[in-house]
Formats: sequence, C-alpha cells, structure tokens
Amino acid sequence: MISSSSKIILEVRNLSASVAGVGILKGINLTVRAGEVHAIMGPNGSGKSTFSKVLAGHPSYTVTGGEVIFQGKNLLELPPEERAHAGVFLAFQYPIEIPGVSNSAFLRLAYNTLQARRGGEDLDPLEFNDYIREKSRIVEMDPSFLDRNVNEGFSGGEKKRNEILQMAVLDPTLAILDETDSGLDIDALRIVASGVNKLMTPNNAVIMVTHYQRLLNYITPDFVHVMRGGQIIKTGGKELALELETRGYDWVHA
Amino acid sequence: MSAAIVASKSIANHDAYLAGLLPNTTTPHEWINTLRADAARRVRALPFPTTRDEEWRFSDFSLMCKTAFAPAVAAPALTLTDIAPFLLPEAVNSRLVFVNGMYAAHLSSAVLPAGVLATHFTSKPTNETLRTQLARHATFQHEAFVALNTSHLHEGALIVLSKNTACATPLHLLFISTANTIPVASHPRCLVVAESGSACTLIEDYVCLPTVNTSPTYFTNAVTEIVIADDATVRHTRLQRESLAAFHVGYAAVHLGRNSCYDSNSITFGARLSRYNLYITQSAEGANCTLNGLALISGRQVADTHTVMDHTRPNGNSAQLHKCIVDSGAHAIFNGKIFVRKDAQHTNSTQSSRNLLLSNKGRIDTKPQLEIFADDVKCAHGATVSQLETEEMFYLNSRGLNANTARNLLIYAFAEEIIDKVPIASLKQHLSQAVSSQMGEIV
Ligand SMILES: Nc1ncnc2c1ncn2[C@@H]1O[C@H](COP(=O)(O)OP(=O)(O)OP(=O)(O)O)[C@@H](O)[C@H]1O
Ligand SMILES: [Mg+2]
Repeated sequence: MISSSSKIILEVRNLSASVAGVGILKGINLTVRAGEVHAIMGPNGSGKSTFSKVLAGHPSYTVTGGEVIFQGKNLLELPPEERAHAGVFLAFQYPIEIPGVSNSAFLRLAYNTLQARRGGEDLDPLEFNDYIREKSRIVEMDPSFLDRNVNEGFSGGEKKRNEILQMAVLDPTLAILDETDSGLDIDALRIVASGVNKLMTPNNAVIMVTHYQRLLNYITPDFVHVMRGGQIIKTGGKELALELETRGYDWVHA
Repeated sequence: MSAAIVASKSIANHDAYLAGLLPNTTTPHEWINTLRADAARRVRALPFPTTRDEEWRFSDFSLMCKTAFAPAVAAPALTLTDIAPFLLPEAVNSRLVFVNGMYAAHLSSAVLPAGVLATHFTSKPTNETLRTQLARHATFQHEAFVALNTSHLHEGALIVLSKNTACATPLHLLFISTANTIPVASHPRCLVVAESGSACTLIEDYVCLPTVNTSPTYFTNAVTEIVIADDATVRHTRLQRESLAAFHVGYAAVHLGRNSCYDSNSITFGARLSRYNLYITQSAEGANCTLNGLALISGRQVADTHTVMDHTRPNGNSAQLHKCIVDSGAHAIFNGKIFVRKDAQHTNSTQSSRNLLLSNKGRIDTKPQLEIFADDVKCAHGATVSQLETEEMFYLNSRGLNANTARNLLIYAFAEEIIDKVPIASLKQHLSQAVSSQMGEIV
C-alpha cells in the first residue's frame, strides 16, 4: 500500500472547464501521489476525456475555475508542450493519424526534444533505432510499425499500443491513459497492461480512464473514482470497480 | 475619359508588349527560321493573356508588362563550383546546362550509353527527329507564350532514346537564370523523344543564381515537348525554383503511344508569378499516366497549374494528385481537366486536388474538371482545402513539440507525399530539406 507520505505529484482543486461555452467539468478534486494508480470510471459523456485533455492542455477547453498543481508548478499556465516537458503524458482515447511522418522519425523528434529540455543526450537515427527497438519490446510491438506513418492505417488496438510505446519513450511522471484498453483484444490487453506495469516506478503515477473492470485485473488501482456530470462523485478502492461492474452507475450518488 | 477606354488601351499595350519580346536575330538554319517566323506572326496576332481570359483568370501576367525584358545576349561566365548546389550526383555525366537560355557546353556533360542522344539543337540542326517532331506537339496557334518561345527557337535541349534503349542514368536538364543588370527573358526549349520500348528519367530544373540574398527579376518562358512511343516510359520530374521576383511560364506537351507510360512530378517553390501548363494526350490504347504536383508558396507568390489529361483511346489509365500549400498572402491555382473521349472506353482515371491553407490571407482556387464522352469508364475526382487541424496540432504538442515545430512537421508531412515520389534520391533529400527550411527548422 502507498503511504500517504509519498510525494504529491498532482493536486487538482475544484477544477471547472467548459468547451464552446458549455460547462463540462464542474469542480473536480483529485490528489495523486507518487507511486499511485488512479482509475476514473463513469458513464459516457460524464467528462473523463475532457478532464484528461484539460490536464494535457487542449486549447479548445477553457478552464473556468480551480487550479491544478503539478509537482509544485501551476500546470494550467503552461502550454501543452511544456506540460509534456514537465512530465505529463496523455494517451489519447482516439489517437491521431499523421500521414507523411514515420513513426520512428516522430518518436525520435519527440524524444530528442524532451532530452534537450531535460538536459539529456540527443540520439542520432542509428542510436535511436536501438533504443526504440528495445522500447517496443515493452508493448511487444512489431518493429515494422516503426517504419509506418504515425498511426496511419493502424487498427484501433495498434494505435493504443503505439500510445503506450510513446509513453515508454517519453517516460512521464504522470501518465493519463484515456481508455487505452478499449479496442484491445484479450492478449493485447494483457500485453499493454503489463507494459504499463513495467513503466511504473515509485516516482511516477498513472491515471487510467476505463469503462471495464477487466483492465484493473492487470493494473491494480489504489483508488477508483466515479465521475458523473463533470464531478468526481465517489472514490473507493479497487473493490468499487467490481461493484460498478455488477451494479452499474445508477446507485452511485454524490 | 471613361474607365472602359483606359482599360482597352492598356490591353492594347499588353498585346504590343508581347511583340516587343520578339527576337531581332535569325539562326543559321533555314527550317528553324521558318518556324520562328510563323511563330512570330502568331505572337503579333494573339492577345496578351489577361485575367479576362477564363484560362488565365487568376494569374495576372500583365504584372510583368511593367518590366522591359531584354533577350539574354551573353551568358555570364559560371563555373562548375558556382552551380554545385544544383548538381545531382546521379547525373554527373548526363547533364545539359543552359544559362539564361543559352547552352553552356563547359557546364554540361553528356557521356551516355549507346542509343541515347542528349545534346542541344544547334549541334544537330539536321537531326531527323528534331526536324519532324519539334513544334509538332506544343502548338503555338493559340498560345501566345508558346508562340513567343517558338519565335526564339535556338539552342534547346534535344533528347532521343533509340528503340528499346533504357537509359539507367537520369537526364538532368538544368536551366539557370542569373541576376543581370537589366532584366532578361529566356525561352528554354526541350524536345524529348522516347522511341518504342525505350525508357528514361528526366529532370527539368529551373533555378536561379546566386541563391542567397538576392531575388532578381527575369522572365522564363519554357516549352517542353515529350513524345513517348509505344511501350516506352518517361519519368519526368519538373522543378521550378526560380527567384522570388521572377515570372515563369512553362508549357509541356506530352504525347503518348500505345501501352506507354508517363510519370510526372511537378514541383513549384519559386517565382513571384508562375504558370505551368501540362497538356497530355493519350493518342493510343493502354497508355498510363501518373501525375503528381506540389506547389509550396508564401509571401506574395502566385502559382498557377493547369493540366489537361486527354484520353482518346480505350484502356488508358491516369492517376493525378495535386497538392498546394499556401502560406501568408500567397495564391495557388489548380485547374485539372480530364477528357475521356467517345472512343476511350474502359478508361480508369482519378484526380485529387488536396490543399493546405496556412494563413487566412492566402488563397487557393482549385477546379477539377471531368468531361466524359464514353460510357464505360471509371473516373473519380475530388478536391479539398484544409487548414492545420487543432487535433493534430494538439497531439504533437502533447508529445512535447512546440507549436512551430508541430506546424512544420505537419506541413512537411503534407508535402512529403509528393516529394517522396521523386525518383532521384539526392534530389528527394534536397527537396525535403528545402521544405523544412522554407517552413523553418523542424528538428
Ligand atoms: N469539443 C466539444 N464540443 C462540444 N461538446 C463537447 C466537446 N468535447 C466534449 N463535449 C461534451 O462534453 C461532454 C463530456 O465529454 P467527454 O468526452 O469528456 O466524455 P467521456 O466521459 O470521456 O465519455 P466517453 O466515456 O464516452 O469517452 C459530452 O457531453 C461531450 O459531448
Ligand atoms: Mg472519453
């Protein structure tokens, strides 16, 4: 069990946000400490992806209230790329295809950009090739995907696997996985989940948005939160997910 | 005085302007002089194309009438070192260089396998192919600029591939314009004849020297004729990277025989105002064409591309992809006509115009046109104009790439689909770098 004295990585206080003038998030509170896994569940349209994107800095969402402190920094005042440099990573529910850019070139560009910000060494294409092949083993991704264009023509599950490969390359302090399990077949789910487990350290943390208890069999959450109407209305341990699985969301009230 | 009178007076001036660009010299070759004289008559008779002419609606070449272009008389003495940035390692011994329209023997090198002729007209004035094919395909009756080019016929590039000859090395035709004390006009001309069963790769390259710190004003008016006999293949890459103050008009007429192939990659980066007309005729059964185009422009550049793909016989194929990337106040135009004639049954033809508009001050006009007179054909066309997507940008930003890098990467990716089709590795790499540097640094 995580001791409550672990360092706080993320502190969300009373966060509200809107998109296109419509309020979606309505006062979210969440504290994430180093080493923790948080699962966020909740009905369709309850605001889980919105919350994820607001944390990552999506420009279409306007924060209308509250604050987000990430490792002592005011996250909300940083542009998305600087949040990435600071160690925030979002695995997209719907990863974007980038025709014309090879996966490996893109990953190297992202890696080297981050290295430059973190004062690390650049990798040339050859060195990076070794590095990325090693990393692709974490998600058991066939190296042929590295030569293809970013997500272009990837199946739903392949895209999700590619997101976790990106996570492995960028080595974030806080990874937000938005429905990474959706679209994965049974074997892929096990592989990707074990990849995420391998990337977990006592110094980083994961927020997983999911609809299914299944994923939580592989990645054990320390907390399960239920989001509804743009708020976290209930928080429990891993047994809460089991209960939701059998009973649905109707019984949960703030 | 009414506005109408002023306007018609200035048009009359434009027509006279064209005649003012006619040569006042002759060549030592009677048959060429005859062609020149015929063409000169058309130059005097044809109106200067203005924006009132449907075909020239968007590219206003009357802009050039403010400048009195003189014919280039003596080319400056350039060395191989001067032109080094344009040399292709794949074509060290298969290069013809023209400076301000004049053949530069000391910069050229054509050591070619048997069956491949690459030279300039004046070295082979009695060549049978030259005499029978020149000006046959790019007809000048109705095209003022083609007529003007023909009236200047002199030292063009002549390429002949004998029957069943495959030329392994690419043929590089390099047209260099230089900064001059007075603005000059040059009229490059190419004739490429691929006899039956032959194959070659052609690079037609329009550049400017010096490459840095200066944008000289000049006028390039190029005409290329390509004749592809039965079962022959020509892969044609055309690069227009003129000075940003230049005017460029290019006209290519391509004639395809039975089961022949023509691949075209036309890439436009340069010129203040440019126009490229590509006119392709599939004159026999089973011809295949792949046409790729890219215009990447910014500032006040205007780049106008008109293509005509004429399917006249059965079982022909054509696949066209034209892309424009327009930044700041630039304006790109694409007009792609596809004709499928009554006899051209079982034609398979696609055309796609895809455009990226990077600034709300920029403009893109695209007009794919399909005219089908046969009943059993497969044809599809479409056009899109898009902007950089917020979702794509955010995806890249969320991976740590800043807004500028993300933007450049997406532009690069858009351009790369065409550049990737250029069949010369060194050129492909060079073009990729040119895109990156035009758009700022990517890595
Ligand atoms: N760009 C947008 N424009 C308009 N409405 C939006 C936009 N983005 C999100 N919304 C709305 O906000 C609400 C929350 O959406 P969100 O994607 O966060 O839900 P979610 O909890 O992730 O749902 P799911 O489980 O289906 O993924 C929805 O009603 C959605 O329609
Ligand atoms: Mg969602």
